[in-house]
Amino acid sequence: MTNISVTVNGTERRAEVEGRTLLVSLLRETFGLTGTHVGCDTSQCGACVVHVDGKAIKSCTMLAAQADGSTVLTIEGLAQDGVLHPVQAAFHEHHGLQCGFCTPGMIMAAVDMIERHEAQLDEATIRHELEGNICRCTGYHNIVRAIQAAADHMAGLRHAAE
Amino acid sequence: MYETNYHRPRDLAEAESLFAAAAEGRYLAGGMTLLPTMKQRLAAPSDLVDLGRLLELKGIAVTADTVTLGAAVTHAEVATSAEIRAAFPALAALAGQIGDPHVRHRGTIGGSLANDDPAADYPAAVLALDATILTTRRTLAAADFFQGLFTTALEEGEILVSVAFPIPARAAYAKFPNPASRYAMAGVFVAQLDSGEARVGVTGAGQDGVYRDVAFEAALTARFDPAALDDIAVDAEGMLSDLHGSAAYRANLVKVMAKRAVAGAG
Repeated sequence: MTNISVTVNGTERRAEVEGRTLLVSLLRETFGLTGTHVGCDTSQCGACVVHVDGKAIKSCTMLAAQADGSTVLTIEGLAQDGVLHPVQAAFHEHHGLQCGFCTPGMIMAAVDMIERHEAQLDEATIRHELEGNICRCTGYHNIVRAIQAAADHMAGLRHAAE
Repeated sequence: MYETNYHRPRDLAEAESLFAAAAEGRYLAGGMTLLPTMKQRLAAPSDLVDLGRLLELKGIAVTADTVTLGAAVTHAEVATSAEIRAAFPALAALAGQIGDPHVRHRGTIGGSLANDDPAADYPAAVLALDATILTTRRTLAAADFFQGLFTTALEEGEILVSVAFPIPARAAYAKFPNPASRYAMAGVFVAQLDSGEARVGVTGAGQDGVYRDVAFEAALTARFDPAALDDIAVDAEGMLSDLHGSAAYRANLVKVMAKRAVAGAG
């Protein structure tokens, strides 16, 4: 067993984990943050995407011990003071979901994508960037529209802040 | 996954001693192959020695004629490095085609090369350019490093430290990804060296893993043009054949990808 410390959604958390404990298990089972989903459990589907030290990763394919000392952001940490993150709001507005199972991973991937591209995204780029996230309802059209709308909105916010 | 002991060494020397003390140790880099393999219980190391955060394995160095990557440099870092994109854009483009964005944030060049998956992307460029591989024990030429499917010259406990690529005059990588896994069904890295010599590395297709296509190299050294490959047949003998594609299909893909790479070489 290993003692680890991770900052999850702004709060430092400590846990004792086995060497084999996956980050997603730590988040869901130890910390009760069940917004992060396990879809395929084989690194394919992206339902488990969270941010570790600011980068989107598949939490079913990272050990909890590897995250020791890191900062983790999950879907639960996006909204601030009860106000949805612009990407969450856009998924709501554009109905970027069907069953909703892939949604947390889609949103965390979208936030990462928008940040990496400094909110400058076109449809082809969004579709290409989503290759690590699978929607088994095949509801991609509205997911792409939601990400586009969120990127455009966040580009406007960036512009306004300058 | 079976139980395993996780270790995070402070430096390479501690990593090697932890490995030596383990009953059945494995080095862990990005974990993009090893962790899924352990989850499927196809690997069950007693101890994992995590190399992912070692500063000795980090760092990108670009000089006039060489790009050197630390073994723990991620695919995303290579794909987005302004220095690499300027000096050796084909390498950045190759890294940007590995896996998906989340995998590229974790996966490393050292992990990819040490694993030597026959469908991995990096080996095509490393072998084509005969890159120099530095380990904790010696320096290896790429031609001596790759030794067949999932087999390299690395000895028990030896750690891959860095890879140095000679920068070619122009190069490109063209890949036909499996639509589900995104692994290469055929990936061809084509380069023209400053001397005019052409190099062609092929991944994803050969039964023995990555290889150089000497017939393509001779034709492209004479004339660096996609049409130079028109009359050269790729032998299906020696190609992988599985549920994703027959040997003849892969042989055709190798030629198509080689021509695309030549056409795209900038």
